[in-house]
Amino acid sequence: MSVTPLNRNQIAWRAAQDLKEGQYVNLGLGMPVLCANYAPADQEIMFHSENGIVGVGPVATSEQEDSDFVDAGSQFITLNSGASLSDSTHAFAMIRGGHIDVTLLGGFEVNPEGDLANWDAMVPNKGPLVGGAMDLASGAKSVRVVMAHSNRDGTPRLVEKCRYPETGFGCVNRVYTGLAVVDITPDGFVAVEVLDGLSREELQAQTGAPLFFADDCGVLTTPDL
Amino acid sequence: MIDKRVANVEEALAGITDGASIMLCGFGGTGTPFVLTTALGKISARNLTLVSNSVRHTEDCAPSLFEDKRVAKVIVSAARSRGREPTTSERQLEDGTLQLELVPQGTFAERMRAAGAGIPAFYTPTALGTKLTEGKEVREFNGRQYVLETALGADFAFIGADRADRWGNVSFRGTQENFGPSMAMGSCIAIIEAKHVTDEPIPPREVDIPGIFVQRVLQVPTES
Repeated sequence: MSVTPLNRNQIAWRAAQDLKEGQYVNLGLGMPVLCANYAPADQEIMFHSENGIVGVGPVATSEQEDSDFVDAGSQFITLNSGASLSDSTHAFAMIRGGHIDVTLLGGFEVNPEGDLANWDAMVPNKGPLVGGAMDLASGAKSVRVVMAHSNRDGTPRLVEKCRYPETGFGCVNRVYTGLAVVDITPDGFVAVEVLDGLSREELQAQTGAPLFFADDCGVLTTPDL
Repeated sequence: MIDKRVANVEEALAGITDGASIMLCGFGGTGTPFVLTTALGKISARNLTLVSNSVRHTEDCAPSLFEDKRVAKVIVSAARSRGREPTTSERQLEDGTLQLELVPQGTFAERMRAAGAGIPAFYTPTALGTKLTEGKEVREFNGRQYVLETALGADFAFIGADRADRWGNVSFRGTQENFGPSMAMGSCIAIIEAKHVTDEPIPPREVDIPGIFVQRVLQVPTES
């Protein structure tokens, strides 16, 4: 491949640029929570955490730390203006009831139908963890996935059929990777942005299912992060 | 006079015997009943079913529950420890000596609420078609398919909180609330461990769990 893929911060930055004023957004653990660092500063976006927060603010400094305030990743956090706190049934009513505009989730694999596998990596001797992933996959209005385009061994993560157990079916709308921004459409995978310097043939070679290109397919560029 | 306060942790855990099912509240260390869970590790009850969001805090507080094989089953949304090495509970899940019911977190909370609200089962879109709902009834409403999930009740619930009064009313700080109301409703005996327990009533609009759902209140040190 002729170019270096985006790093985790750059993938998170690109995903964050699509968040808009007034949206209620849930960020999954791992790369998705990095998106909060790169949300457009001039837009008021309310971040939801499934343990009962709407309006999650920045991670607490050591002076601000209060052990009764944690986010879904068990980090000590602050609250933004306009925040509210609730129990878990209300937090999940917000998800299941279709009140969350966008969720950004990590992923192992996505297929052209928008099926997502992200909860069980089938690691021997490590217990499974589903958390709120299945609730988010089925309940959020827009499900977007941030993940590497390929595994370390080069096998693709945009695949014809998921090999890992699915989290949800037909749920993914858009995928941000280190190489492209890909929409899930009735035709399957459609690239809407391709990394600067990467050819369409090279991108297809890294993708495990047929890839189409939007008529206005753009160039994926990000700041150095 | 109504007074749900108990004098000590032994009184708080009275009646927990072999085969009991126990809900353990908490998320990321908030609302976690550290004192009650640690004490559970020291009593002799076996063949327990533990209901909690994650196995991690329970095993951290009371490793003997798993080491002495006193837990028959866990009902959780997370059974994974943080470290690379498997914990005792993970080894028992792997060799089949510990039963696991893995539940998506929102379904988990709602099943406990349903148990306390007199709703035996409900339909939800979550986890439809996945490994976690295999064999469950599916029904279509307004053109979308939903899966039938049943209520989840338990004999006891342990809940960590900031404040409680002698009537059993509970008030939380920050993100302590999480599964507390669902677990209090969904259990026969809800036991609160609170940092502040008062003779004076909590102002009614500040009550997060009405005392009707609470049976016992234990004052714990504010440092715990």
